[in-house]
Amino acid sequence: MAQFKMHLLVCGGTGCRASQSEIIVENLKSEIKNLGLENDAQVVITGCFGFCEKGPIVKIVPDNTFYTQVKPEDCAEIVREHILKGRKVKRLLYEDPETQKHIEDSKHMNFYQKQIRIALRNCGFIDPENIDEYIARDGYAALGNIITGMSPQEAIDIMKKSGLRGRGGGGFPTGIKWEIASKNKADQKYVVCNADEGDPGAFMDRSILEGDPHSVIEAMAICGYCIGATKGIVYIRAEYPLAIKRLKIAARQSRAYGLLGQDILGSGFSFDIELRYGAGAFVCGEETALIKSMEGLRGEPTVKPPFPAEKGYLGKPTNVNNVETFANVPAIFLKGAEWFSSIGTAKSKGTKVFALAGKINNVGLIEVPMGITLREVIFEIGGGIKDGKKFKAVQTGGPSGGCLTEKHLDTPIDFDNLIAAGSMMGSGGMIVMDEDDCMVSVAKFYLEFTVEESCGKCAPCRIGNKRLHEILEKICSGKGVEADIDYLKNLSRVIKDTALCGLGQTSPNPVLSTIECGACYEKCKFTAIHVQ
Amino acid sequence: MNKIKSLDDLRKMKQNLEHEMNIREKSNEPESLVQIRVAMATCGIASGARTVMNTLVEKIEKDKIPAVVTQGGCMGYCYAEPTIEVKVPGKDPVVFGNVDSQRAIDILEKYVVNGELLEGIIPTNYQTINEKK
Ligand SMILES: Cc1cc2nc3c(=O)[nH]c(=O)nc-3n(C[C@H](O)[C@H](O)[C@H](O)COP(=O)(O)O)c2cc1C
Ligand code: SF4
Ligand code: SF4
Ligand code: FES
Repeated sequence: MAQFKMHLLVCGGTGCRASQSEIIVENLKSEIKNLGLENDAQVVITGCFGFCEKGPIVKIVPDNTFYTQVKPEDCAEIVREHILKGRKVKRLLYEDPETQKHIEDSKHMNFYQKQIRIALRNCGFIDPENIDEYIARDGYAALGNIITGMSPQEAIDIMKKSGLRGRGGGGFPTGIKWEIASKNKADQKYVVCNADEGDPGAFMDRSILEGDPHSVIEAMAICGYCIGATKGIVYIRAEYPLAIKRLKIAARQSRAYGLLGQDILGSGFSFDIELRYGAGAFVCGEETALIKSMEGLRGEPTVKPPFPAEKGYLGKPTNVNNVETFANVPAIFLKGAEWFSSIGTAKSKGTKVFALAGKINNVGLIEVPMGITLREVIFEIGGGIKDGKKFKAVQTGGPSGGCLTEKHLDTPIDFDNLIAAGSMMGSGGMIVMDEDDCMVSVAKFYLEFTVEESCGKCAPCRIGNKRLHEILEKICSGKGVEADIDYLKNLSRVIKDTALCGLGQTSPNPVLSTIECGACYEKCKFTAIHVQ
Repeated sequence: MNKIKSLDDLRKMKQNLEHEMNIREKSNEPESLVQIRVAMATCGIASGARTVMNTLVEKIEKDKIPAVVTQGGCMGYCYAEPTIEVKVPGKDPVVFGNVDSQRAIDILEKYVVNGELLEGIIPTNYQTINEKK
């Protein structure tokens, strides 16, 4: 058969599709046909490259040319110049924000140089709608090895040794979670994938599901084998139509190959998944509320214990993991626990995917090793602050997190350091603020979000957050008094200590971290009060 | 689609599928591979560069040579087209002129695989096209 000499990888993620990447695919294909290059070049639709803001992206391999902001009318030129004559189309190459030079290939883009891609290993690399490409990259080999050659406990031990911690926000060790669920006896157990992703601005889970749905399906099956479950459920928000479509296609293909269903690979192990749709309430991402929602009840959190691993969906032991957590699993089994735990810090292993946003030159989705510093992320990968302005702070952890400033720039990022610094890993949002941004406004924005999203079940969260918000309003309108700061602090403490679920327990964090950071001086009524 | 019945079948399937992904896999670590660039400007194409490229790609795939072939624009050696530039990791790149399919195979077998010196290297106090700008 014909051997292609080039692959044209066109981003088919939500971002790039919104700017016509589907038409780009058609145009590239037709120009290739016009020039009789069908045997030389293949067009592949992939998942997100993480560089959505400069999309649509077209990457050409093997020379790694990275074209940004490609328009349908550019396609003929790309094919005629690059594919036919080997000349890169300069004006479409990425321009380094500092040097204004065009970068010829993605290997030399600062954006990619410090990234390590584990969870995103196939995003922007394979066609997510073609299971063969996943299998070609060792897809389902981890599952195959485990169900034909390992006991559940052996597999759980590998997970424990890897040190993987949950990427959904809490950072609970995944192997231990699986072990607890495996030890609870029941006639039926469930594996749930939490794809609710409700943090404002977060899109890491969506990108994984759109770009590499099989890795999540494979990991759910592995988890099922480990804990003794035959049923998996993906709880995904209905606002993610493309992710849903790709998941469905992926599940259908796996079933057709017998990689989901009865007696997988003749091992005797059976597993299948189904999808449930969330209506987009933030609190439904909390695991107990999520389970209630799946049962058709109101999406309200319940008291833990009992944890889902004891009494979860329909009262049966249920293991809930986040999308990104799952996406790491097959890689861990293929490359080994030692490999995984060699990346990262003492207590946070592996990588984390972040959505980098705000006043930064390279906005996008990145995956970096734990332990990287904020400085590296913001000034190297992110290309520094927009328009040459000064850095003020970065918000991590979304509505549960807080602001980190200049003094934290060299702190290695991991679960524990971020908490010590007054913020959180959260699901991985990172919003960079420049000297002109007001941190109180940001805290207020998140508080507005939590007030809106609070389920109202418990008083500290329902009423307390509203009061916090009123005081911030008052300060921002210039009527603040010194005593407001103490009031904010005390009320925050009470809410954190008494709220029922994680939403309320973390909602005052943006406020507290703003009080403590003291990064703003001029014009700031807020710090003005406590500086006085 | 037929069902995959065993881990062995899955492995076999992988082996059959992986060569289609090879170009992408190789692009992940170009530095560790022999990089071969074929000059594909109009003069190169006119003198048969496309055939040479096909030969190289097929041979590399068939013999599983750790090399990756890309195409470049004019290298400025019009008198010696088709030309190819070969960069072995850790060595300076060299340019071969007047390459036809037979010579392409020779270059792969002798220079790339066995590290023998070959005739027909275009002498340069070398600069790659990239550095020239
Ligand atoms: C208010 C709230 C919202 C949450 N939203 C999500 C979410 O969108 N996605 C998610 O994976 N976890 C979310 N979580 C965390 C889950 O409760 C749960 O800890 C997580 O899904 C466990 O998976 P992991 O161990 O793989 O992180 C949320 C928690 C709270 C308190
Ligand atoms: S803390 Fe808030 S979201 Fe959680 S149960 Fe209480 S009211 Fe509901
Ligand atoms: S000093 Fe206060 S009001 Fe001023 S920018 Fe900073 S946080 Fe906002
Ligand atoms: S959607 Fe295309 S790069 Fe993210």
